[in-house]
Amino acid sequence: MSTDPRTGAVPLAAGYRRDHEVHPPLDYPGYASTALRHPKRPLQLLPHMLTEVTGPVLGEDRIGETDNDLTAQHEAEPQGQRIIVHGQVRDGDGTPVPHTLIEIWQANAGGRYRHTGDNWPCPLDPNFSGVGRTLTDENGRYRFVTIRPGAYPWGNHDNAWRPAHIHFSLFGRAFTQRLVTQMYFPGDPLFFQDPMWNSIPDEKARQRLVARFDYANTAPEWALAFEWDIVLRGRESTVFESEADDD
Amino acid sequence: MSNGATTPSQTVGPYLHIGLPWADGPYALAESADGGIWIRGTLYDGAGDPVPDGLIETWQADPDGRFDHPDDPRGARSWPGFRGFGRCETDAAGRFGIRTLKPGPVPGADGALQAPHIDVSVFARGMLHRTVTRIYFPEETRANAADPVLAAVPESLRATLVARAAEDGAGSASEAGDYVFDIRLQGSGETVFFDI
Repeated sequence: MSTDPRTGAVPLAAGYRRDHEVHPPLDYPGYASTALRHPKRPLQLLPHMLTEVTGPVLGEDRIGETDNDLTAQHEAEPQGQRIIVHGQVRDGDGTPVPHTLIEIWQANAGGRYRHTGDNWPCPLDPNFSGVGRTLTDENGRYRFVTIRPGAYPWGNHDNAWRPAHIHFSLFGRAFTQRLVTQMYFPGDPLFFQDPMWNSIPDEKARQRLVARFDYANTAPEWALAFEWDIVLRGRESTVFESEADDD
Repeated sequence: MSNGATTPSQTVGPYLHIGLPWADGPYALAESADGGIWIRGTLYDGAGDPVPDGLIETWQADPDGRFDHPDDPRGARSWPGFRGFGRCETDAAGRFGIRTLKPGPVPGADGALQAPHIDVSVFARGMLHRTVTRIYFPEETRANAADPVLAAVPESLRATLVARAAEDGAGSASEAGDYVFDIRLQGSGETVFFDI
């Protein structure tokens, strides 16, 4: 694509499909903290133009040597069960998303975060920061080594516990593809009472947050493995101009 | 068309501060570069209280209205130290700040120009999905009046999308050329948020 030399008009790339039914609502009474933090007016429709179909392309300069191995960031290894978490990042059209930054953060094996606000009386692990980063490769694949995080209690409701999870943050290729989410572990007995899990309206969509135990990639006598694929929004099939014509 | 199998969003939770902030995050324009402006603001909840566990991200064009991205066919001009992307966690008083260059006008549909603007994502504990808003500039009266996105917003609410010029001094770190953009998630003066 190039600009029209006569008019200077810039052809706009196709926007990204909206996927409202997949995501949790901003207002979810089961998660008490949404009450004062969700807009009450309906959201205003924003057509996808250049600002929305572009996004930051953040490269190798953000990644340190041990950023994708959370067990290698200190003098000794952290407590807990070593795991490999790997998978592929694709968009909703099935196309791999290469060279995109993934950031993760998580609790330690006992369910405590290295955060001043976390008062859960489980010891901090001096050998675990719980923070990782990596870039997907040319095929959209990523891989972390970490330890399996623990569940922990919180104050949302009576006897509330968060299922074990790892926070994930992804940029994709466009502002519209930005995603922050959480990966869960298969068979967790705490799902039924977790409002974040239950806030996702569609059961099939919920299941997409659960990693698959991956025996084939388990490292003998070293680490269990879990595979988790992440799907960002796909492209509109028509360019923005024709979408506007439909309005 | 189906939505494929998009992975659902989840909240950043209360411990986002260990995973997401970068030391240089607020510097969409490098600290050492000239010509920068600061956009500072406070994130408020529906009770009018500051949100101390939030994160603001910004994405914008350069001063020529171009993006350093393959989907902008014009390509970027060279603005040393300019990243276009800013990220700042809120502090204990709900405050954030982004140092950047003022964006230029950006092409929209049908050759119409959009007024200079910055796209903003808001993440916080208590938000299961990010919310998105835009920052416009108060001195761009004519461009704002012709902006297709602003035009679709009810007139009485448009002011929530327009930054204000920072007052000089007054005990703050602001200088002439800086802006203030507060974000209200709910309640009196609720910011306009976009469905993207």
